[in-house]
Amino acid sequence: MRSTHRFDRSAKLIAALNTEFFIAPMTQITPLFKREFLGYFRSPVAYVFLSVFLFASVGLAFFIGGFFKANSATLGSFFTFHPWLFLFLIPAAGMRLWSEEKRTGTIELLFTLPITTLEAVLSKFLAAWAFLTIAILLSFPMIFTVGFLGDPDWGVIATSYLGSILMGGAYLGVCTVTSALTKNQVISFVLSVLVCFVILLLGWSVFNEVLASLFPIWLVDVIANFSFITHYEPFTKGIVDPKDLLYFLSLIGFSLFINVLVLER
Amino acid sequence: MIEVKGLVKTYGLKRAVDGVTFTVKRGEILGFLGPNGAGKSTTMKMITGYLKPTAGTATVDGHNVTQDPVAVKQKIGYLPESAPAYGEMTVEEFLSFIAEVRGFRTTEARRNQVDRAVGLTHLGPVRHQTIETLSKGFKQRVGFAQALLHDPPVLVLDEPTDGLDPNQKNEVRTLIKNMATEKAVILSTHILEEVDAICTRVIVISRGRVVVDETPVQLHARQPGARLDAIFRSLTQSDT
Repeated sequence: MRSTHRFDRSAKLIAALNTEFFIAPMTQITPLFKREFLGYFRSPVAYVFLSVFLFASVGLAFFIGGFFKANSATLGSFFTFHPWLFLFLIPAAGMRLWSEEKRTGTIELLFTLPITTLEAVLSKFLAAWAFLTIAILLSFPMIFTVGFLGDPDWGVIATSYLGSILMGGAYLGVCTVTSALTKNQVISFVLSVLVCFVILLLGWSVFNEVLASLFPIWLVDVIANFSFITHYEPFTKGIVDPKDLLYFLSLIGFSLFINVLVLER
Repeated sequence: MIEVKGLVKTYGLKRAVDGVTFTVKRGEILGFLGPNGAGKSTTMKMITGYLKPTAGTATVDGHNVTQDPVAVKQKIGYLPESAPAYGEMTVEEFLSFIAEVRGFRTTEARRNQVDRAVGLTHLGPVRHQTIETLSKGFKQRVGFAQALLHDPPVLVLDEPTDGLDPNQKNEVRTLIKNMATEKAVILSTHILEEVDAICTRVIVISRGRVVVDETPVQLHARQPGARLDAIFRSLTQSDT
């Protein structure tokens, strides 16, 4: 009797997940995405964020990365800082995603509109990712600079941008989950930075050397495999490996799935 | 139109709503009364599909809210407590967004719905103002306009006249009354005269349970000659 009851419950859950993830036609994403994306430009936050992002990313390349000193026509010194730059800038952009809706009560309005949780999660994420992509691509004068000064490898530049955008999406995925956990944006920010920092650290060469002195090398490799850096670096060298693509996309998918669960609890 | 059966919501050990049962038919305006924390808002949030009930069912126009939440949400116009809205949008942008999500996809259809809602709630003068700059009364009306926008068969209004001045209160009441002929309406309120003014039926909730479900006339008949708030006091205990 009891086991049939349990079976009944799990069957119901699977049915619910089915409608949530596969059958739903997702027609509501367009209006939600539009509101969310245009929302960035309705407040000064967008412009502040875009300027800070540009100044910081280009500044790091110029003053710390030795962009000119390197004397070669690459954007390597620009892209190498992205994992560290994103660690603070993406939680800053992502902290408000759900926590603001919770604080102002608009989340109640949103979830009493005829939409599914997945549609809401997807459109919010995609809008934030599109905004972030704009921020990353606004560094395009850098491309002209290297093109003007030398003869860069255009392929590497293209894959670096791709890697950076994908990694940005993965950071953002983490931030959407943490911001759904609280209505306090400060807590949301700190949590995101913390989680992202751990994921980042796992693949940082300095940290890996420490690990290598303690554990067998295969274990260090396994640990490093979970990091953003490990899967981002090949892109900056011009390599698009399916397993790196899969890593970022599955990380995004997984965090959005968790996001749905957190909001539906 | 609305059928609520044995609705329960528990938060940890506390039972916020404890077996609430009632039905609302088309043409009825149901007044939800009760002290703060009695479970009025929680009940409404479960009917509108925002909260999942711990037990019991809520059915709107034949759709069960736990099994088919989207269908239920299409039928309901909901004004949450304190009328939340995206403050950085203008009234026009906000209502257009709601219209689009509500399925009015062409520019013309959207404009028609927005015009209608703006007209009904007298939002014309502030149409192009951002919502965060509006006074409380206007914000409340924006929430009201949003709930009416798709001309839903069911209206759930959580304190619709809260924060309005006496004239605006009157206006909103007239509006609700006029619309209610072909709708089922649930509204919660703290203002007891409101019950006499517009409600066709009254439910008093205390500590998560329905203690009274009758017409305003019957409620008055409980203690002939007594004021409504005296009757209210004898029926409910504060949740402290």
